[in-house]
This record gives sequence, structure tokens and C-alpha cells, in this order.
Amino acid sequence: MLYFSKIRIFLITLFTLLFVYIFLSNFIKSDDFIFNKKINLGLDLQGGSYLLLEIDNSPVIIQKLQNSIPTFKKYFKEKNIKIRNFKIMEDKFLIFEVNEDKISQVKEILEDKEDNIINQYYPSYKSHKFDFLIEKNLFKLNFSKYGLVEIKNSSQDQALETIRRRVDEIGTNEPNILKRGNDRIVVELPGLDDPSRIKNLLGKTANLSFRFIIQGSEETFGSEKLEFEDESEEAIVSKRIILSGDNLIDANPSMDAQTNETVVSFTLDRVGAKRFGKATSTGIGKRLAIVLDGKVVSAPVVRDAIVSGSGQISGDFTFQEATDLALLLRSGALPAPLNIIEERTVGPDLGQDSINAGIIALAIGFLLVIFFMIIKYRIFGLIANITLILNLFLLVGILTLFEATLTLPGIAGIILTVGMAVDANVLIFERIKEEIVGEKNQLIAFDSGYVKSKTAIIDANITTLLAAIILFFMGSGPVKGFSVTLGVGIFTTLFSVYFIARLLTSIYVTKNKHKERLI
Amino acid sequence: MIKKLPFNKFYKLFNSISLLLIILSIFLLFFKGLNFGVDFKGGTLIELRSIDKSITVTNIRDSINQINLGDVSVKKFGKDDDYLIKFEKKDFNNPNFIKDIKIKLTSSLGDTFEFRRVENVGPKVSSELLKSGIIAICLSLAAMLFYIWIRFEWQFSLGAIVALFHDVIVTLGIFSLFGLEINLSIVAAVLTIVGYSMNDTVVIFDRVRENLKKYSDIKIFELTNISINETLSRTIITSATTLLALFSIFLFGGEMLKGFSLAMILGVFFGTYSSIYIANPILVFLQVSQKTILKEDKDQ
Repeated sequence: MLYFSKIRIFLITLFTLLFVYIFLSNFIKSDDFIFNKKINLGLDLQGGSYLLLEIDNSPVIIQKLQNSIPTFKKYFKEKNIKIRNFKIMEDKFLIFEVNEDKISQVKEILEDKEDNIINQYYPSYKSHKFDFLIEKNLFKLNFSKYGLVEIKNSSQDQALETIRRRVDEIGTNEPNILKRGNDRIVVELPGLDDPSRIKNLLGKTANLSFRFIIQGSEETFGSEKLEFEDESEEAIVSKRIILSGDNLIDANPSMDAQTNETVVSFTLDRVGAKRFGKATSTGIGKRLAIVLDGKVVSAPVVRDAIVSGSGQISGDFTFQEATDLALLLRSGALPAPLNIIEERTVGPDLGQDSINAGIIALAIGFLLVIFFMIIKYRIFGLIANITLILNLFLLVGILTLFEATLTLPGIAGIILTVGMAVDANVLIFERIKEEIVGEKNQLIAFDSGYVKSKTAIIDANITTLLAAIILFFMGSGPVKGFSVTLGVGIFTTLFSVYFIARLLTSIYVTKNKHKERLI
Repeated sequence: MIKKLPFNKFYKLFNSISLLLIILSIFLLFFKGLNFGVDFKGGTLIELRSIDKSITVTNIRDSINQINLGDVSVKKFGKDDDYLIKFEKKDFNNPNFIKDIKIKLTSSLGDTFEFRRVENVGPKVSSELLKSGIIAICLSLAAMLFYIWIRFEWQFSLGAIVALFHDVIVTLGIFSLFGLEINLSIVAAVLTIVGYSMNDTVVIFDRVRENLKKYSDIKIFELTNISINETLSRTIITSATTLLALFSIFLFGGEMLKGFSLAMILGVFFGTYSSIYIANPILVFLQVSQKTILKEDKDQ
């Protein structure tokens, strides 16, 4: 165990120096360095906001059920089967009636293992889009597991895009927007200590539509009663959408020259401009409601046909409100409402305080351990300490190389590694002390000390590694950072003990083999 | 070598004490319960720093109570001018919720404070976090049980797992007794304790196994004592360096790491104790002998 070939010594030195170099690249600002990588600081250290958003898919599910009704009607009509009385119940069931004699035929179609347009993806998932129940002549359909997964995935993709556009518009530095599961999205905003504006912007679906207001006071089949945003009045609004947010290509806050009011002016795409022109030319004198997320923002009276493809939305906005509305319209609508289910915000000075405290604790812990080892083991304590310092460089170097995120618990993990890393060396030294009793050749004692302590060291480290791995997969956020440093620390500890410390011990022992009582 | 200490003389005494501690802890966990933080209970936490020295806990509590947030707790947090405000939140979907509180506080306290940290955990997330925390701890115990079973024999595995169970339960019992807060970092600490305690047990077990091979005529009762003594100096030194590191986190690492390092300190203490006084007596109880480990060799 004490013999090292020249090539091995060279490799160990090279490897160690490499990581010392990477470690140092964290502290030196220079483009000359091959490695200009740096450890990322977690939000708890650099300050910032973490938001966990959950997509409320129930409106999407209802919408999809609603949209499937015409498809069903058409499909069964072609097959000469009459189905009627479509209903949507409990926000998830699509219900229709069939004549008694056709029940088995409809059942067969719904169970068909070939792809058919109303109940696809059997071939790919061995399951259908809809599950169904039959009660007398009533069919009760709901989305199957795979049907729901597909809906959730697509609304998550859309939501992610829209959120990214909205966050980018605000211009925070290096936001991190990630999917989690199939109905959640994580938004990390470094450096942001007041997330209320972003929360406001993400809290709105921004579903915009232009629709005419209908005279009368009762809802009919093609209209609905909507409230005004300022709760001043209610109006019966047609369900026919003239323009939607999709037709907008740009929106900006501006000042109306005549009324001196803050408005949002918008530009339409070609299709939108055409439709808007046609609708406004036939609808002169009617009120056109601008509906945002189910509420009427304003409802101006159409005076002229607007064919220019641009227009204004007024609604007693402050400049900030107009800016935000324009931003929402530019970035497009969310497929479904979002709920903020977790929020963690750390101010930048608390982050800095945590870094300072962490560094002080690390320095003190380090010094205490180093003193302890020197007093206990003298020259071998020195070897253990050199190993410990290099171990720290290796650990931080590897974290840098992988651009890992360092969190406050992560710093605690490093300090803990310092305390626990000497364990392997202690095990070896104590074993050597035992072996040296009654052994004339001290080199043999050193050698068997290393050999015999090996299983205990490996087993002891693997148990800690297991705990770190479980923590990595089950933990969240800052705690994950802890598991990373703890886990990486085990590997660097084993490397530094078995290569660096053993090399140093070997050099010292072979040079001083004639001394009495080496350890 | 130092004189051999008769650890095995006290097996019975400490086993009874440990049993009592476990029963007390379970009793506490059942009847007093744990003081879960917002991570696991849901709700809102605000860390506030005041610039104005005249602001007191009562001040803050009075102005917060005007907002009608239900059960609000206001506490000092570390330094003199830092406070922690906690409440179970109702109005989760109002994005301006925190802003409103800030405005209302400013109107009664003046513009003499800042929010340093805001944590807001919805009921769904908190119950998920609690669930995954419990799963993580159980999973780590199972992983250890399995690992030791592979590397040693089932008797060793049982001894180790009972020791771990003791460490986790008693540490949580102490947290319950003093009403210390359980949050995500405490779960991390408990898992690290599991790793550490295991570490300690494995080192002694490794020596027990070695000695079992070496001496066929020494009874396990005496053999565990020899093994404990042989590894004792390592046990003490490693606990000492680990505790040095942990105490420096506890004293200098800031308020956020206090609970974590305290749990770890307790864990290191109990972990070291349980390796000696729980894991080993179980080997004695199960009458482990040379046959136990030789059987393993024949199988291979």
C-alpha cells in the first residue's frame, strides 16, 4: 500500500493541481483562465424569488370536452347513429344519449382498438383518450389517464412559453423557468426582492376578446352577462368573438391626444385587421366590448369603420396598468389560470449575511479541526491537515466544474465534510498504532494499517453516501444543495485520503524508516 | 494502549435507559407532537429587520393583529432587531397579499423596517413536503438495513437499524419536548444523522467481525467489549472533530442553520452512544458467534 510508481505520483499531482486551479478560478476575475466557470449561488445566498406555479387545468378540460362535441356529432352522423342531449357534468363528464338499439354499436366504436378520430391513441398507449360508462341509454365519458396527461403536457408547454415571454419582458437577470411534474412550473428570479409585480402578471390569464354588446337584459343561447372591470355596470355580451388576443401582433401603452387618457394601443395581424374592419363597418353605432379574463374592460361605441388594423383600449388605466396590460397582450394568453402555491423570497442583504456567516463558520470549524489533529497526531496530523485543505479545494473545484448551485445548507455540508473527512485518516492512523505494537518493521505496520482499515472506511462512507443520494432525490431547493456537497465530499475525501495522504505518508515513512516510533 | 473499559457491564443499565427514552419520545411525539414550520404546516413566514430600536415584539404583534390574519406569532430571531412573523394564511390567491401587509405595517410602525425574507407555502405543497420528508427518512433507514444486510449478516443489520431508529426517535423527541421547529433542513439533518450513526456502527461492527474470525473461544459479550475498546480512540476523535465543525456552524453559521446544527449535534451524540450501547448489545442478544459469519463464507 505504500508503494507509488512515478507515473501515479505524477497523475495524482496533476489531478490535484488541476482542481486547485479550478477552485481558484472562482476568485480570480480573468479571461485568461481556461476555466471561467463559477459556482452558482442559490437564491438563499444571492437573494431572489422562487415561485412554484400550479396550472389549473379544469377550464381546459371543460373547453376540450366542449370542442369535442361537434366532432362526435359529425362522426356518428356519418355512421348513421343518432346521438343527442350533449351535456357536460361535474366539469369532467361528457354525457350523451343514444337510442337503445344503437348502444352496442356506439360501445363498439368507443372500444375500437384501431385509431378512430373520437377516441384515439389506443395503438400508442394501449389505452383510449376517453374512458366511459353506460347507464341505460346514457353514455358518460371522461378523459382517461393518458387523455389527461396529453392535455396537461400541452397546457404546461404553452404556459411555460407564455411565462417566459412575460418574465423576459420585465427584464430580470437570468431567470430560471422550469417544468415540474406535468402541471407545475418553477420560476426562479435571482436578485428580485419584491415579486409582487411578477405575481400580478402571472396571475392573469390575459384572455382578450372583442365582442359586441347586445341590447336587452336576459342571457340567451348566444350571449352571456358580464360584469365591468370597475363593477359599475353589467352588460349582455355576444358569445361571438370578433377578435381575440391571438390576432394582436403588438401592444403598447400610449397617451390619447384628445382625451389625455392613458390607453393601450394595439396593432392587428392581417386576418385580424380584415375581420375588425368588417365588423366595425357593419356595426356602427353598436357598443364593442373589450373583454379580458371574463370582465369587460371598456365598451366604446363604434363611430367609424376601423380598417387601419390598429386601435386603442381605454379603461381608466394608470400608466403602470396600461404598461402591464400591453405586456400581457404582447406575450399572449395563458392556456389556463395559474395558482402560486409556494413562494420564497430572500432579500439580497440577508443572502450576503448568510454567506458571511457561512464563511466564518467554515473558517473557525476548519481551524479547530486542524489544531485538534496537529495536537493529536503531530507530523501525521500535518499530513491529515494538508489532505483536508486539498480535499476542500477538490470539493469546491468539482462543484465549480459542474457549475453546481451552492446553498446555505450546502455550505453547512462543506463544514460537516471537514469534520467528517478526517475520520478516514483517523481510522488508518489508529489502525497503524495497533499494528505497530509487536511489529519490528514499521513499514509493514503502516502497510497493514492501510489494508485492514479499508473495509470499515468504505462501508462507513457508503452509508453516508446512501443518505446523501436519498436526500438528493427527495429533498427540494436548498436541501438538495446540501446533499450535493455531502455526496461529492465523500468522493473527494476518499480520493484525498487514499491518494494524497497515502502518498505523503509513504514519502515521510520511507525517508524516516530508521526513526523509532514513527507514529 | 489505554486500559480496557468495561462497557459491557453497563449494557443492561443503558438499554433500560434507552428503552425509557424511546418510550418517552414516542409519548411526546404522540401527545405533544412536533412544532412544524411553514414548510410542513403551510402558511406565511416573514423575517423583518427594524431600523428603529423602539420597535418591540408587542408593537409588531399589535399592528399585525389589526390586519386580522388569524393566529399570528411574532418572535425575536437571532439579533436584537430581527423578528419572525408567522401565520397560517388564508388569502393565498391574492398576489398583493404581502404588499398589503407591508403597507399596513408601514402605516402603523413607520417606514423603519424591511422584509428580509418571505416564505409562503400553500397547503398542498406543505403536505407534499411533509410526505416526501417522511418517505426520505424511511427510505434511508431501509437502504441502511439492506446495505448492512448485504455486507454483514442479518443480526448486524438488525442491531444497526434499531440503533438508527433510536437516534431518530430520540432526536425528534427532544425537538418535541422543547418545541423546536421542524423544517426542511431538520429533515436533512435527520438523514445525515442516519448516515453518521451508521458510519459509527459500521466501524465497530467491522471490528467485531474481524475479531469473530480471530478468536473462536471468546464469547460475544466479551468480544463486543474488546471491539468497542479497540475502536474507541477513533470513535472519540471522529466525534470530536465532527462536533467541532458542528459547534462552529451552531455558533457562527447564522440563525438559519441553528436548528439544523443543533439536530446534528444531538444526532452525533446519540449516534455515538447508540453504536456502543444499542447496536452491540443486540449482537449479544442475538448470540452472534463465529458460526454466524463463517456460514456466510461457506455460502460464497
